[in-house]
Amino acid sequence: MNEPNSTLSNLDLETPEKPFLDANELVINMGPQHPATHGVLRVILRLDGEKVLGLECVIGYLHRGVEKIGEHRTYTMFNPYVDRMDYVAAVSNGLGYCETVEKLLNVEAPPRAQYVRVILTELNRIASHQLWLGTHALDIGAITPLFYTFRDREEILKIYERYCGARLTTHAFRIGGLQYETYAGFEKEVKNFLNFFRPKIDEYEELLTTNRIWVERTKKIGVISGKDCIALGVTGPVLRASGVRWDLRKAQPYAAYKKFDFEIPIGENGDTYDRYLVRMAEMRQSVRIIEQAVESIPEGPIMAKVPKVIKPPVGEVYHSIEAPKGELGYFIVSDGSTQPYRVRVRPPSFVNLQALDLMCRGQLVADVIAVIGTLDIVLGEVDR
Amino acid sequence: MNHLYEYIQSYLKSDQTPGAAGNMFWVLVYIMLVFAALSVAVIAMNWLERKILAHMQVRLGPMRVGPHGLLQPIADALKLLLKEDLIPAEADALIFWVAPFVVVLAAFTVFVVVPFGPTHAITDMNIGILFMLGVSSLSVLGIVMAGWASNSHYPLIGALRSSAQMVSYEVAMGLAVVSAILMTSLNATGTGTLSMIGIVQAQQAQGEWFIFKFFPLGLIAFFIFAVAMIAETNRAPFDLAEAESELTAGFHTEYSGFRWSLFFLAEYSAMIAVSSIAVTLWLGGWLRPFPNLLSGRAADLIFSLVPGATFLFLAAMCFFNTVRMPKHPLFRVQTMGLAGFGVVLALVGLVLFIPAVSFRVQDVFWFSSKVAVFMYFYIWYRGTFPRYRFDQLMQIGWKTLLPMGLGVLILTASVALLQQNLWHP
Repeated sequence: MNEPNSTLSNLDLETPEKPFLDANELVINMGPQHPATHGVLRVILRLDGEKVLGLECVIGYLHRGVEKIGEHRTYTMFNPYVDRMDYVAAVSNGLGYCETVEKLLNVEAPPRAQYVRVILTELNRIASHQLWLGTHALDIGAITPLFYTFRDREEILKIYERYCGARLTTHAFRIGGLQYETYAGFEKEVKNFLNFFRPKIDEYEELLTTNRIWVERTKKIGVISGKDCIALGVTGPVLRASGVRWDLRKAQPYAAYKKFDFEIPIGENGDTYDRYLVRMAEMRQSVRIIEQAVESIPEGPIMAKVPKVIKPPVGEVYHSIEAPKGELGYFIVSDGSTQPYRVRVRPPSFVNLQALDLMCRGQLVADVIAVIGTLDIVLGEVDR
Repeated sequence: MNHLYEYIQSYLKSDQTPGAAGNMFWVLVYIMLVFAALSVAVIAMNWLERKILAHMQVRLGPMRVGPHGLLQPIADALKLLLKEDLIPAEADALIFWVAPFVVVLAAFTVFVVVPFGPTHAITDMNIGILFMLGVSSLSVLGIVMAGWASNSHYPLIGALRSSAQMVSYEVAMGLAVVSAILMTSLNATGTGTLSMIGIVQAQQAQGEWFIFKFFPLGLIAFFIFAVAMIAETNRAPFDLAEAESELTAGFHTEYSGFRWSLFFLAEYSAMIAVSSIAVTLWLGGWLRPFPNLLSGRAADLIFSLVPGATFLFLAAMCFFNTVRMPKHPLFRVQTMGLAGFGVVLALVGLVLFIPAVSFRVQDVFWFSSKVAVFMYFYIWYRGTFPRYRFDQLMQIGWKTLLPMGLGVLILTASVALLQQNLWHP
């Protein structure tokens, strides 16, 4: 891994490029109601013709005050709220929160629970990447992949539905482990899904990877260097596509990730195409992880010894996991009562969104769409 | 009275188009026929596009209104007519009002010279292809007017993109067309023709479609035209003007209701128009496959059965699906509707088996089916390709297609010259 560097190598946010001749700048408001801003993101674009001179993100249209709500709920009651942040990766959010509180309580979930957590979280990563792929391709004009990915994502949601009754905001995990034992045939169904899904990745790639238009639309678009990523705090596939081998599943293993054999796919150029390739490769790696986890899932209890009323000792804790979109961190301060004193979430989408301006400078309007898509933001998580 | 009857009858014996024969009665009939057929074709295209695209995308498409959603386009048209007709307060009302009509006018006027058969065109102009290219490019004017009059950013950018795109692709398109027209002059007299009917007759006389002429020169010219025509009609992957994800809807963002549907109508009839040009110039227009190779009465008879057989096949498909409809009282009307549609198709098919009818109509059938193939490709592209970016689009237009077109034109001319001189030393 490259050493984190605090200098912003070519990040000069103050002086926009001078427009060619004395042309008038055109200020365009994109969003919050726009088909390609993935929710209610508002982007104010300063254009010279179609060239982007700079842009500013206006967020907060989906602000629900999740962090503040956390201060008025008990630790258990707050658990379902985190599902509503990144609603396409609700399981990952739940995992992050539960593990943070467990760290605060100094308990560890039993091995069986950890394996089930890994399986469900990796399935969630696949589902999140599928949704990203479909919408990203749709933004660039390929409408068909969306329907393919949604068809296949449905199979994952079915597994969730059978496991915990919910499809999207699952609330799958509890502090200390799991509430529900896996249903009969869970392993078989997951294996069936993996066998079903493996050729589907090839199918997606067949549509896009060598498609001339796709390559032209994504190569050298929204380039960001590894140094800038680190300086801005960008994590996840965006960071890895810039050539930085940083994945919290390897760097600070949590849950049962230490036990599995998998690779961290990285890119070279840090452009939209590399980010696409990295995410495609990540889906394959997730399949690999789930396969190993299902094969070796241990028997045993699914819940650690956790008191009915959770009252962690006074103190603070930060714990982060590798969510599908990047580093998802929770910082919880406990004052010894049943409610957290402060819950701070470090959402990957919010931090990654900061790179949008840097990535879009000098590109064209159409590229802004591609870059928003490739950052894979979920506004529920950006605004919280 | 008798005089009038003879006047009407006289055209049926002639082997010219009504316009060229100067028969105003049949001109009016043909105008109405073409207009009606075009409207039906646009409605059918609407349904087919949604269905075919849906089946490419593992979904069913419209299924509720009528059997297999057959009545969906009509329901949509009704909905659009009933919608409020908004004119933004800041818009230039007059230009806003006129723009859709300019576009529709341009899109429909080109059909004056489209040759559905040797006698089946409203008229035959000696500058037919020029007329088509000229009038079809008038629609740019309507688009610019719409974008400008909306007085809003997104339509303005959409209109700018659209007009720049259409103007630049017309150059490459024109070069491809010229190389096809050059080929028409490869006859004993050495004079070519710009008449749409003359072009097809030249292909008949030379015994091959121009797409295969001077292989691969004809094919390359056709390819240039095929790419340029997609750009010309603003369709995927060149649908930047209405790039939904970027510009919401491009130049017609501010339009609603009936005015919007006029743009829709114009887009689809423009697609049919450019496909007709391609079919006429390179794919032998109304000529059936192998008119010279498989000539003779037996082949004529077999090919004249194809139109009727096609409709019977479609009818059989309808009946097959009627049997497969769910046997539930709720589906009774839909099942009956589908069966009724099948009966209509079967009747049309049977009528087409009458020799007198099929003799007159088979040209139209071959022409329409060739155009239909293009229409299918349009849908296929839309389901497959991502969208090009504006500068990339321009790059393809100016840096790839234009030099290619020039090269093909020069090569075609040289080869034609060589051949002529070898024929007449």
